[in-house]
Amino acid sequence: MARVAWIAAALMMSVTATARAQQRELPVTSIADGIFVHTGVTAQMTRENDGAIANVGFIEGDDAIAVIDTGGSVREGRQLLAAIRARTNKPIRYVINTHGHPDHVFGNGAFVQDGTIFVGHTNLPRTLAARGKFYLDAFRRTMGDELIDEVRIVPPTLLVSGTLKLDLGRRPLVLRAWSAAHSDSDLTVFDEKTKTLFAGDLVFLAHTPVLDGSIRGWLGTLDELAALPAQRVVPGHGPVSEWPAALADERRYLQTLASDVRGLVKSGKPIATAGTAAGSERSRWELFDDFNTRNATAAFSEIEWE
Amino acid sequence: MLGSPLRSFVVAGLLLLGTPPALAADANDPWPGLVQDIFNNRPMNDGSDVIAIEMPGRAEDAAIVPVTLRTKLSPADSRQVRNITLVIDQNPAPMAAKFQLGPDARVSEISTRVRVNNYGDVHAVAELSDGQLYMVKTYVKASGGCSAPAAKVADESKNRLGQMRYRQFEKAGEGPASGTREAQIMIGHPNNSGLQMDQVTQLYTPAFFVNELRLWQDDSPVLSMEGGISISEDPNIRFTYVSNGAKRFRAEAKDTEGHVFEREWKTDNSGT
Repeated sequence: MARVAWIAAALMMSVTATARAQQRELPVTSIADGIFVHTGVTAQMTRENDGAIANVGFIEGDDAIAVIDTGGSVREGRQLLAAIRARTNKPIRYVINTHGHPDHVFGNGAFVQDGTIFVGHTNLPRTLAARGKFYLDAFRRTMGDELIDEVRIVPPTLLVSGTLKLDLGRRPLVLRAWSAAHSDSDLTVFDEKTKTLFAGDLVFLAHTPVLDGSIRGWLGTLDELAALPAQRVVPGHGPVSEWPAALADERRYLQTLASDVRGLVKSGKPIATAGTAAGSERSRWELFDDFNTRNATAAFSEIEWE
Repeated sequence: MLGSPLRSFVVAGLLLLGTPPALAADANDPWPGLVQDIFNNRPMNDGSDVIAIEMPGRAEDAAIVPVTLRTKLSPADSRQVRNITLVIDQNPAPMAAKFQLGPDARVSEISTRVRVNNYGDVHAVAELSDGQLYMVKTYVKASGGCSAPAAKVADESKNRLGQMRYRQFEKAGEGPASGTREAQIMIGHPNNSGLQMDQVTQLYTPAFFVNELRLWQDDSPVLSMEGGISISEDPNIRFTYVSNGAKRFRAEAKDTEGHVFEREWKTDNSGT
Protein backbone atom coordinates (compact mmCIF):
# COMPACT_ATOMS: atom_id res chain seq x y z
CA MET A 1 0.00 0.00 0.00
CA ALA A 2 2.72 2.40 1.00
CA ARG A 3 4.43 1.69 -2.29
CA VAL A 4 1.27 2.43 -4.30
CA ALA A 5 0.81 5.68 -2.43
CA TRP A 6 4.42 6.60 -3.11
CA ILE A 7 4.06 5.94 -6.83
CA ALA A 8 0.82 7.94 -6.92
CA ALA A 9 2.54 10.83 -5.16
CA ALA A 10 5.46 10.67 -7.58
CA LEU A 11 3.09 10.68 -10.55
CA MET A 12 1.20 13.66 -9.17
CA MET A 13 4.46 15.53 -8.62
CA SER A 14 5.55 14.89 -12.17
CA VAL A 15 2.16 15.98 -13.52
CA THR A 16 2.44 19.20 -11.50
CA ALA A 17 5.98 19.80 -12.75
CA THR A 18 4.92 19.25 -16.35
CA ALA A 19 1.98 21.61 -15.93
CA ARG A 20 4.29 24.23 -14.55
CA ALA A 21 6.78 23.79 -17.37
CA GLN A 22 4.04 24.32 -19.93
CA GLN A 23 2.50 27.26 -18.14
CA ARG A 24 3.37 30.30 -20.17
CA GLU A 25 2.91 33.10 -17.68
CA LEU A 26 4.45 33.41 -14.26
CA PRO A 27 1.64 34.15 -11.77
CA VAL A 28 2.03 37.75 -10.63
CA THR A 29 0.01 39.89 -8.24
CA SER A 30 -0.53 43.62 -8.46
CA ILE A 31 0.73 44.84 -5.07
CA ALA A 32 0.46 48.58 -5.80
CA ASP A 33 -0.44 50.75 -8.78
CA GLY A 34 1.68 49.53 -11.71
CA ILE A 35 3.74 47.07 -9.63
CA PHE A 36 3.51 43.32 -10.15
CA VAL A 37 5.26 40.67 -8.09
CA HIS A 38 5.70 36.93 -8.27
CA THR A 39 6.30 35.45 -4.82
CA GLY A 40 8.81 32.60 -5.02
CA VAL A 41 8.38 29.33 -3.14
CA THR A 42 10.44 29.00 0.03
CA ALA A 43 12.73 26.17 -1.08
CA GLN A 44 16.12 25.42 -2.61
CA MET A 45 16.35 25.70 -6.42
CA THR A 46 15.46 22.37 -8.01
CA ARG A 47 14.54 20.83 -11.33
CA GLU A 48 10.95 20.61 -10.11
CA ASN A 49 10.51 24.29 -9.16
CA ASP A 50 12.40 25.77 -12.16
CA GLY A 51 14.56 27.65 -9.65
CA ALA A 52 11.59 29.97 -9.06
CA ILE A 53 12.33 30.58 -5.38
CA ALA A 54 13.01 34.32 -5.25
CA ASN A 55 10.56 37.19 -5.53
CA VAL A 56 10.70 38.83 -8.95
CA GLY A 57 8.61 41.66 -10.34
CA PHE A 58 8.19 44.60 -12.66
CA ILE A 59 7.19 48.25 -12.53
CA GLU A 60 5.29 50.01 -15.29
CA GLY A 61 5.82 53.70 -16.08
CA ASP A 62 4.14 55.84 -18.76
CA ASP A 63 6.85 54.98 -21.27
CA ALA A 64 8.62 51.82 -20.20
CA ILE A 65 8.98 48.84 -17.91
CA ALA A 66 11.67 47.97 -15.39
CA VAL A 67 12.10 44.32 -14.43
CA ILE A 68 13.50 43.66 -10.96
CA ASP A 69 15.27 40.33 -10.86
CA THR A 70 14.66 37.65 -13.45
CA GLY A 71 14.43 34.41 -11.49
CA GLY A 72 16.34 31.16 -11.20
CA SER A 73 16.17 29.89 -14.77
CA VAL A 74 15.67 31.20 -18.30
CA ARG A 75 12.39 29.31 -18.21
CA GLU A 76 11.23 31.39 -15.26
CA GLY A 77 12.52 34.53 -16.99
CA ARG A 78 10.51 33.71 -20.12
CA GLN A 79 7.39 33.17 -18.03
CA LEU A 80 7.95 36.53 -16.33
CA LEU A 81 8.33 38.12 -19.76
CA ALA A 82 5.04 36.47 -20.81
CA ALA A 83 3.33 37.87 -17.71
CA ILE A 84 4.57 41.34 -18.67
CA ARG A 85 3.47 40.99 -22.31
CA ALA A 86 0.02 39.83 -21.21
CA ARG A 87 -0.39 43.24 -19.60
CA THR A 88 1.52 45.76 -21.68
CA ASN A 89 3.50 46.21 -24.89
CA LYS A 90 5.70 48.98 -23.49
CA PRO A 91 9.41 48.38 -23.99
CA ILE A 92 11.45 46.82 -21.20
CA ARG A 93 14.05 49.52 -20.73
CA TYR A 94 15.79 48.20 -17.63
CA VAL A 95 16.50 44.84 -16.06
CA ILE A 96 17.71 45.52 -12.53
CA ASN A 97 19.52 42.78 -10.62
CA THR A 98 19.37 43.26 -6.84
CA HIS A 99 22.57 41.14 -6.47
CA GLY A 100 24.38 38.23 -8.10
CA HIS A 101 22.77 35.09 -6.70
CA PRO A 102 21.49 32.51 -9.18
CA ASP A 103 17.86 32.64 -8.05
CA HIS A 104 17.82 36.34 -9.00
CA VAL A 105 19.94 36.43 -12.18
CA PHE A 106 19.65 33.07 -13.98
CA GLY A 107 16.60 34.38 -15.87
CA ASN A 108 18.53 37.36 -17.34
CA GLY A 109 18.97 35.54 -20.65
CA ALA A 110 15.23 35.80 -21.37
CA PHE A 111 15.47 39.61 -21.46
CA VAL A 112 18.53 40.16 -23.66
CA GLN A 113 17.50 42.35 -26.59
CA ASP A 114 18.33 45.73 -28.14
CA GLY A 115 17.18 48.59 -25.99
CA THR A 116 17.19 46.69 -22.71
CA ILE A 117 19.83 47.85 -20.24
CA PHE A 118 21.02 45.56 -17.45
CA VAL A 119 21.57 47.46 -14.21
CA GLY A 120 23.45 46.37 -11.10
CA HIS A 121 25.75 47.25 -8.22
CA THR A 122 29.21 48.36 -9.26
CA ASN A 123 30.59 45.14 -7.70
CA LEU A 124 28.19 42.87 -9.58
CA PRO A 125 30.31 42.27 -12.72
CA ARG A 126 33.20 41.12 -10.51
CA THR A 127 30.93 38.85 -8.48
CA LEU A 128 29.50 37.24 -11.61
CA ALA A 129 32.99 36.83 -13.07
CA ALA A 130 34.22 35.11 -9.91
CA ARG A 131 31.21 32.89 -9.40
CA GLY A 132 29.28 32.50 -12.65
CA LYS A 133 30.90 29.32 -13.87
CA PHE A 134 30.84 27.75 -10.42
CA TYR A 135 27.12 28.50 -10.11
CA LEU A 136 26.36 26.92 -13.48
CA ASP A 137 28.24 23.75 -12.52
CA ALA A 138 26.72 23.59 -9.03
CA PHE A 139 23.12 24.13 -10.12
CA ARG A 140 23.42 21.68 -12.98
CA ARG A 141 23.55 19.03 -10.26
CA THR A 142 20.24 20.06 -8.68
CA MET A 143 18.39 21.56 -11.66
CA GLY A 144 19.58 19.39 -14.52
CA ASP A 145 20.93 20.04 -18.03
CA GLU A 146 17.63 21.12 -19.57
CA LEU A 147 17.24 24.17 -17.34
CA ILE A 148 20.92 25.04 -17.01
CA ASP A 149 22.05 24.61 -20.64
CA GLU A 150 20.26 27.80 -21.68
CA VAL A 151 21.38 29.96 -18.73
CA ARG A 152 23.76 32.75 -19.70
CA ILE A 153 25.58 34.93 -17.20
CA VAL A 154 24.58 38.46 -18.26
CA PRO A 155 26.52 41.11 -16.34
CA PRO A 156 25.11 44.63 -15.93
CA THR A 157 26.38 47.48 -18.11
CA LEU A 158 24.77 50.31 -16.14
CA LEU A 159 26.53 50.22 -12.78
CA VAL A 160 25.36 51.85 -9.58
CA SER A 161 27.53 53.15 -6.76
CA GLY A 162 25.80 55.41 -4.29
CA THR A 163 22.39 56.19 -5.77
CA LEU A 164 20.99 56.42 -9.28
CA LYS A 165 17.62 57.71 -10.44
CA LEU A 166 15.88 56.05 -13.39
CA ASP A 167 12.65 57.27 -14.95
CA LEU A 168 10.13 55.03 -16.67
CA GLY A 169 7.96 58.01 -17.68
CA ARG A 170 6.44 59.90 -14.75
CA ARG A 171 7.72 57.05 -12.64
CA PRO A 172 11.04 57.80 -10.94
CA LEU A 173 12.90 54.89 -9.35
CA VAL A 174 15.70 55.46 -6.88
CA LEU A 175 18.37 52.75 -6.98
CA ARG A 176 20.79 52.50 -4.13
CA ALA A 177 23.96 50.43 -3.89
CA TRP A 178 24.85 49.20 -0.39
CA SER A 179 28.16 48.26 1.13
CA ALA A 180 28.66 44.53 1.85
CA ALA A 181 25.70 43.13 3.78
CA HIS A 182 23.72 40.11 2.48
CA SER A 183 26.27 40.02 -0.36
CA ASP A 184 28.80 42.51 -1.68
CA SER A 185 26.55 43.62 -4.55
CA ASP A 186 23.25 44.50 -2.83
CA LEU A 187 21.07 47.03 -4.65
CA THR A 188 17.62 48.30 -3.63
CA VAL A 189 14.95 49.89 -5.82
CA PHE A 190 12.54 52.44 -4.39
CA ASP A 191 9.42 53.42 -6.31
CA GLU A 192 8.63 57.00 -5.25
CA LYS A 193 5.09 56.94 -6.62
CA THR A 194 3.77 54.11 -4.43
CA LYS A 195 6.49 54.12 -1.77
CA THR A 196 7.33 50.51 -2.51
CA LEU A 197 10.80 49.19 -1.74
CA PHE A 198 12.28 46.26 -3.64
CA ALA A 199 14.88 45.21 -1.09
CA GLY A 200 16.36 42.15 -2.78
CA ASP A 201 17.97 39.83 -0.26
CA LEU A 202 18.70 42.64 2.17
CA VAL A 203 15.32 41.58 3.56
CA PHE A 204 14.19 38.04 4.25
CA LEU A 205 10.87 36.95 5.74
CA ALA A 206 9.99 33.33 6.55
CA HIS A 207 13.05 32.04 4.60
CA THR A 208 16.11 31.90 6.89
CA PRO A 209 18.28 34.91 6.04
CA VAL A 210 21.36 33.90 4.05
CA LEU A 211 24.70 35.51 4.84
CA ASP A 212 27.04 35.77 1.86
CA GLY A 213 28.59 39.16 2.57
CA SER A 214 29.27 40.64 5.98
CA ILE A 215 27.26 40.14 9.16
CA ARG A 216 28.60 43.32 10.66
CA GLY A 217 27.91 45.17 7.43
CA TRP A 218 24.38 43.80 7.25
CA LEU A 219 23.56 44.71 10.85
CA GLY A 220 25.05 48.13 10.15
CA THR A 221 22.69 48.79 7.21
CA LEU A 222 19.47 47.90 9.02
CA ASP A 223 18.86 51.30 10.62
CA GLU A 224 19.48 53.11 7.37
CA LEU A 225 17.25 50.66 5.52
CA ALA A 226 14.50 51.06 8.11
CA ALA A 227 14.63 54.83 7.66
CA LEU A 228 13.72 54.62 3.95
CA PRO A 229 10.29 56.24 3.51
CA ALA A 230 8.63 53.09 2.20
CA GLN A 231 5.16 51.84 3.03
CA ARG A 232 5.72 48.28 1.89
CA VAL A 233 8.60 46.03 0.98
CA VAL A 234 9.07 43.35 -1.61
CA PRO A 235 11.69 41.21 0.16
CA GLY A 236 14.01 38.90 -1.74
CA HIS A 237 12.20 35.97 -0.15
CA GLY A 238 8.91 35.86 1.75
CA PRO A 239 5.65 37.78 1.51
CA VAL A 240 5.26 41.43 0.54
CA SER A 241 4.98 43.17 3.91
CA GLU A 242 4.58 46.46 5.73
CA TRP A 243 7.63 48.64 6.18
CA PRO A 244 9.63 48.85 8.36
CA ALA A 245 7.92 46.25 10.57
CA ALA A 246 9.06 43.61 8.05
CA LEU A 247 12.66 44.03 9.26
CA ALA A 248 12.05 42.89 12.83
CA ASP A 249 12.52 39.12 12.42
CA GLU A 250 15.65 39.44 10.34
CA ARG A 251 17.17 41.97 12.73
CA ARG A 252 16.56 39.64 15.68
CA TYR A 253 18.08 36.67 13.82
CA LEU A 254 21.20 38.53 12.74
CA GLN A 255 21.72 40.04 16.19
CA THR A 256 21.33 36.63 17.83
CA LEU A 257 23.71 35.04 15.35
CA ALA A 258 26.37 37.73 15.83
CA SER A 259 26.07 37.64 19.59
CA ASP A 260 26.20 33.83 19.85
CA VAL A 261 29.17 33.65 17.47
CA ARG A 262 30.98 36.32 19.49
CA GLY A 263 30.49 34.14 22.55
CA LEU A 264 31.97 31.10 20.77
CA VAL A 265 35.00 33.07 19.55
CA LYS A 266 35.57 34.60 22.95
CA SER A 267 35.51 31.25 24.73
CA GLY A 268 38.01 29.77 22.27
CA LYS A 269 35.66 27.35 20.52
CA PRO A 270 36.74 26.18 17.05
CA ILE A 271 34.88 27.21 13.90
CA ALA A 272 33.51 23.67 13.52
CA THR A 273 31.18 24.44 16.45
CA ALA A 274 29.76 27.57 14.80
CA GLY A 275 26.51 25.82 13.82
CA THR A 276 25.35 25.87 17.43
CA ALA A 277 24.89 29.65 17.20
CA ALA A 278 21.38 31.10 16.86
CA GLY A 279 19.81 27.78 17.85
CA SER A 280 17.06 29.74 19.63
CA GLU A 281 15.90 30.91 16.18
CA ARG A 282 15.33 27.44 14.70
CA SER A 283 11.55 27.31 15.16
CA ARG A 284 11.03 30.78 13.71
CA TRP A 285 12.32 30.18 10.17
CA GLU A 286 11.96 27.88 7.21
CA LEU A 287 15.06 26.15 5.74
CA PHE A 288 16.91 26.85 9.00
CA ASP A 289 19.03 23.68 8.82
CA ASP A 290 19.93 24.42 5.20
CA PHE A 291 21.41 27.82 5.99
CA ASN A 292 22.12 28.48 9.66
CA THR A 293 25.41 26.57 9.97
CA ARG A 294 26.62 28.18 6.82
CA ASN A 295 25.69 31.66 8.10
CA ALA A 296 27.34 30.95 11.43
CA THR A 297 30.52 29.70 9.76
CA ALA A 298 30.75 32.83 7.64
CA ALA A 299 29.97 35.04 10.64
CA PHE A 300 32.63 33.25 12.71
CA SER A 301 35.35 33.87 10.11
CA GLU A 302 34.46 37.56 10.15
CA ILE A 303 33.91 38.11 13.87
CA GLU A 304 37.16 36.39 14.88
CA TRP A 305 39.01 39.34 13.29
CA GLU A 306 37.29 41.89 15.57
CA MET B 1 48.17 -14.08 -33.10
CA LEU B 2 46.99 -10.55 -33.49
CA GLY B 3 46.22 -10.37 -29.79
CA SER B 4 49.67 -9.78 -28.51
CA PRO B 5 50.80 -6.76 -30.58
CA LEU B 6 47.35 -5.19 -30.29
CA ARG B 7 47.46 -5.59 -26.56
CA SER B 8 50.89 -3.98 -26.31
CA PHE B 9 49.62 -1.11 -28.38
CA VAL B 10 46.66 -0.60 -26.08
CA VAL B 11 48.84 -0.81 -22.98
CA ALA B 12 51.30 1.68 -24.46
CA GLY B 13 48.40 3.98 -25.27
CA LEU B 14 47.08 3.73 -21.74
CA LEU B 15 50.48 4.47 -20.30
CA LEU B 16 50.69 7.58 -22.44
CA LEU B 17 47.30 8.68 -21.18
CA GLY B 18 48.27 8.27 -17.55
CA THR B 19 46.18 6.07 -15.29
CA PRO B 20 44.84 3.02 -17.11
CA PRO B 21 41.09 3.51 -16.77
CA ALA B 22 40.40 -0.22 -16.83
CA LEU B 23 42.52 -0.71 -13.73
CA ALA B 24 40.85 2.01 -11.67
CA ALA B 25 37.90 1.01 -9.53
CA ASP B 26 35.95 3.91 -10.94
CA ALA B 27 37.06 5.54 -14.18
CA ASN B 28 35.97 8.96 -12.86
CA ASP B 29 37.82 8.61 -9.59
CA PRO B 30 40.69 11.12 -9.71
CA TRP B 31 42.53 9.53 -6.78
CA PRO B 32 44.74 7.05 -8.70
CA GLY B 33 45.94 9.90 -10.90
CA LEU B 34 46.56 12.06 -7.87
CA VAL B 35 48.59 9.30 -6.20
CA GLN B 36 50.74 9.31 -9.30
CA ASP B 37 51.05 13.09 -9.60
CA ILE B 38 51.44 14.02 -5.94
CA PHE B 39 52.99 10.89 -4.41
CA ASN B 40 54.89 9.49 -7.38
CA ASN B 41 52.79 6.30 -7.18
CA ARG B 42 54.27 5.26 -3.84
CA PRO B 43 52.25 2.56 -2.08
CA MET B 44 49.45 3.77 0.19
CA ASN B 45 48.95 1.92 3.47
CA ASP B 46 45.74 2.02 5.47
CA GLY B 47 46.17 4.98 7.80
CA SER B 48 43.23 4.46 10.12
CA ASP B 49 45.53 3.63 13.06
CA VAL B 50 47.86 6.50 12.23
CA ILE B 51 45.80 9.61 11.54
CA ALA B 52 42.19 10.79 11.52
CA ILE B 53 40.53 13.35 9.28
CA GLU B 54 37.41 15.18 10.42
CA MET B 55 35.24 17.28 8.15
CA PRO B 56 31.52 17.97 8.06
CA GLY B 57 29.65 15.61 5.70
CA ARG B 58 28.43 18.65 3.83
CA ALA B 59 30.35 21.81 3.00
CA GLU B 60 27.94 24.34 4.50
CA ASP B 61 29.90 27.34 3.29
CA ALA B 62 31.87 26.28 0.21
CA ALA B 63 34.55 28.89 0.93
CA ILE B 64 35.15 27.92 4.57
CA VAL B 65 35.01 24.19 5.33
CA PRO B 66 36.67 23.22 8.61
CA VAL B 67 39.07 20.27 8.52
CA THR B 68 40.91 18.67 11.44
CA LEU B 69 43.83 16.23 11.16
CA ARG B 70 44.72 14.26 14.26
CA THR B 71 47.59 11.88 14.85
CA LYS B 72 46.65 8.56 16.43
CA LEU B 73 50.01 6.88 17.06
CA SER B 74 50.21 5.53 20.60
CA PRO B 75 52.93 7.00 22.83
CA ALA B 76 54.61 3.57 22.77
CA ASP B 77 54.96 3.68 18.97
CA SER B 78 58.52 4.51 18.00
CA ARG B 79 57.44 6.01 14.68
CA GLN B 80 56.75 9.74 14.22
CA VAL B 81 54.54 11.57 11.78
CA ARG B 82 56.85 13.62 9.57
CA ASN B 83 54.30 15.29 7.33
CA ILE B 84 50.64 15.19 6.35
CA THR B 85 49.36 16.04 2.87
CA LEU B 86 45.75 17.13 2.46
CA VAL B 87 44.19 16.44 -0.94
CA ILE B 88 40.72 17.63 -2.02
CA ASP B 89 40.26 15.35 -5.00
CA GLN B 90 37.69 17.34 -6.99
CA ASN B 91 39.09 20.85 -6.51
CA PRO B 92 40.81 22.71 -9.38
CA ALA B 93 44.06 22.46 -7.37
CA PRO B 94 43.60 19.20 -5.41
CA MET B 95 46.73 19.42 -3.25
CA ALA B 96 45.42 21.76 -0.57
CA ALA B 97 48.35 21.69 1.84
CA LYS B 98 51.36 19.78 3.04
CA PHE B 99 52.12 20.12 6.74
CA GLN B 100 55.63 19.36 8.06
CA LEU B 101 55.56 18.52 11.76
CA GLY B 102 58.48 19.81 13.81
CA PRO B 103 60.62 16.86 14.95
CA ASP B 104 60.50 17.92 18.60
CA ALA B 105 57.10 19.66 18.78
CA ARG B 106 54.94 16.52 19.05
CA VAL B 107 52.12 18.12 17.05
CA SER B 108 49.03 16.00 17.61
CA GLU B 109 46.30 18.02 15.93
CA ILE B 110 46.03 20.51 13.06
CA SER B 111 42.84 22.31 12.04
CA THR B 112 42.40 24.63 9.09
CA ARG B 113 39.70 25.71 6.62
CA VAL B 114 39.48 24.84 2.98
CA ARG B 115 37.43 25.53 -0.11
CA VAL B 116 35.36 22.65 -1.43
CA ASN B 117 34.17 23.01 -5.03
CA ASN B 118 32.40 19.74 -5.64
CA TYR B 119 31.21 16.44 -4.21
CA GLY B 120 34.16 14.15 -3.55
CA ASP B 121 36.76 12.51 -1.37
CA VAL B 122 39.20 14.41 0.76
CA HIS B 123 42.36 12.42 1.51
CA ALA B 124 44.94 12.89 4.24
CA VAL B 125 48.25 11.11 3.68
CA ALA B 126 50.77 10.90 6.50
CA GLU B 127 54.41 10.11 5.92
CA LEU B 128 55.94 8.44 8.93
CA SER B 129 59.53 8.17 10.05
CA ASP B 130 59.46 4.59 8.71
CA GLY B 131 59.31 6.16 5.24
CA GLN B 132 55.85 4.75 4.51
CA LEU B 133 52.69 6.60 3.47
CA TYR B 134 49.44 6.10 5.38
CA MET B 135 46.14 7.30 3.95
CA VAL B 136 42.68 8.07 5.34
CA LYS B 137 39.79 9.72 3.57
CA THR B 138 36.38 11.24 4.10
CA TYR B 139 33.61 12.17 1.69
CA VAL B 140 32.31 15.72 1.56
CA LYS B 141 29.23 16.91 -0.31
CA ALA B 142 29.43 20.31 -1.96
CA SER B 143 27.35 23.09 -0.47
CA GLY B 144 23.84 23.86 -1.65
CA GLY B 145 22.30 27.22 -2.45
CA CYS B 146 24.29 30.22 -3.54
CA SER B 147 27.39 29.45 -1.48
CA ALA B 148 30.54 29.69 -3.61
CA PRO B 149 34.20 28.98 -2.92
CA ALA B 150 35.06 32.59 -3.83
CA ALA B 151 35.55 35.54 -1.49
CA LYS B 152 32.38 37.02 -0.01
CA VAL B 153 33.68 40.56 0.14
CA ALA B 154 36.40 40.84 -2.42
CA ASP B 155 38.07 43.89 -0.88
CA GLU B 156 37.95 42.88 2.75
CA SER B 157 40.93 40.55 2.96
CA LYS B 158 43.01 42.90 0.81
CA ASN B 159 42.45 45.48 3.52
CA ARG B 160 44.04 43.23 6.11
CA LEU B 161 46.75 41.80 3.87
CA GLY B 162 49.60 40.54 5.97
CA GLN B 163 47.99 41.10 9.38
CA MET B 164 48.91 38.21 11.65
CA ARG B 165 47.32 37.13 14.90
CA TYR B 166 48.37 34.53 17.43
CA ARG B 167 46.12 33.10 20.09
CA GLN B 168 46.74 30.47 22.72
CA PHE B 169 43.82 28.42 24.03
CA GLU B 170 43.13 26.78 27.31
CA LYS B 171 43.47 23.04 26.81
CA ALA B 172 40.65 21.31 28.64
CA GLY B 173 41.80 18.80 31.23
CA GLU B 174 45.47 19.67 30.81
CA GLY B 175 47.28 21.47 33.59
CA PRO B 176 50.17 23.81 32.79
CA ALA B 177 52.61 21.07 33.82
CA SER B 178 51.67 18.86 30.86
CA GLY B 179 53.28 21.27 28.42
CA THR B 180 50.55 20.57 25.87
CA ARG B 181 49.49 23.78 24.16
CA GLU B 182 46.79 24.67 21.68
CA ALA B 183 47.34 27.77 19.59
CA GLN B 184 46.14 29.48 16.43
CA ILE B 185 47.72 31.62 13.74
CA MET B 186 45.57 33.82 11.49
CA ILE B 187 46.93 35.60 8.41
CA GLY B 188 44.95 38.25 6.55
CA HIS B 189 45.23 37.30 2.90
CA PRO B 190 42.74 36.95 0.00
CA ASN B 191 44.28 33.60 -0.96
CA ASN B 192 42.78 34.25 -4.35
CA SER B 193 42.28 31.27 -6.61
CA GLY B 194 43.00 33.13 -9.83
CA LEU B 195 40.24 31.13 -11.50
CA GLN B 196 38.01 34.13 -12.15
CA MET B 197 37.80 35.68 -15.58
CA ASP B 198 37.55 39.42 -16.07
CA GLN B 199 34.45 39.94 -18.25
CA VAL B 200 35.97 42.93 -20.01
CA THR B 201 39.51 41.76 -20.72
CA GLN B 202 38.66 38.03 -20.84
CA LEU B 203 41.84 37.45 -18.85
CA TYR B 204 42.12 35.46 -15.68
CA THR B 205 43.16 37.25 -12.50
CA PRO B 206 46.52 35.82 -11.46
CA ALA B 207 46.40 33.54 -8.43
CA PHE B 208 47.58 35.26 -5.26
CA PHE B 209 47.96 33.07 -2.20
CA VAL B 210 50.07 32.15 0.81
CA ASN B 211 52.31 29.32 -0.35
CA GLU B 212 54.47 28.92 2.70
CA LEU B 213 53.94 29.30 6.42
CA ARG B 214 56.48 28.38 9.12
CA LEU B 215 56.00 28.40 12.87
CA TRP B 216 58.64 28.14 15.59
CA GLN B 217 58.81 28.09 19.38
CA ASP B 218 62.04 30.01 19.98
CA ASP B 219 64.21 28.50 17.23
CA SER B 220 62.63 25.07 17.17
CA PRO B 221 60.25 24.38 14.27
CA VAL B 222 56.71 23.52 15.35
CA LEU B 223 54.84 23.26 12.10
CA SER B 224 55.08 24.45 8.53
CA MET B 225 52.60 24.47 5.73
CA GLU B 226 53.08 24.49 2.00
CA GLY B 227 49.71 25.77 0.83
CA GLY B 228 47.65 26.27 -2.29
CA ILE B 229 44.48 27.97 -3.43
CA SER B 230 42.25 25.40 -1.74
CA ILE B 231 43.09 26.99 1.62
CA SER B 232 40.36 29.50 2.55
CA GLU B 233 41.00 33.23 2.48
CA ASP B 234 42.62 34.57 5.65
CA PRO B 235 44.48 31.29 6.28
CA ASN B 236 43.89 30.03 9.80
CA ILE B 237 45.81 27.19 11.41
CA ARG B 238 44.93 25.89 14.85
CA PHE B 239 47.21 23.23 16.29
CA THR B 240 48.15 21.28 19.40
CA TYR B 241 51.81 20.76 20.28
CA VAL B 242 54.09 20.32 23.27
CA SER B 243 55.88 23.38 24.59
CA ASN B 244 59.64 23.20 25.06
CA GLY B 245 59.40 26.06 27.54
CA ALA B 246 60.07 28.63 24.82
CA LYS B 247 59.43 32.28 25.60
CA ARG B 248 58.65 33.28 22.03
CA PHE B 249 56.41 32.05 19.26
CA ARG B 250 57.36 33.09 15.74
CA ALA B 251 55.55 32.93 12.40
CA GLU B 252 56.74 33.61 8.87
CA ALA B 253 54.48 33.51 5.82
CA LYS B 254 55.32 34.00 2.16
CA ASP B 255 52.93 34.52 -0.71
CA THR B 256 53.07 34.04 -4.47
CA GLU B 257 53.93 37.72 -5.04
CA GLY B 258 57.00 37.41 -2.86
CA HIS B 259 55.64 39.23 0.19
CA VAL B 260 57.11 37.99 3.44
CA PHE B 261 55.08 38.47 6.61
CA GLU B 262 56.82 37.88 9.93
CA ARG B 263 55.74 38.25 13.51
CA GLU B 264 56.76 37.15 16.93
CA TRP B 265 54.76 36.87 20.14
CA LYS B 266 55.58 36.16 23.75
CA THR B 267 54.13 32.82 24.78
CA ASP B 268 52.02 32.45 27.85
CA ASN B 269 53.64 29.65 29.78
CA SER B 270 50.79 29.28 32.19
CA GLY B 271 49.36 27.05 29.52
CA THR B 272 46.22 29.08 28.94
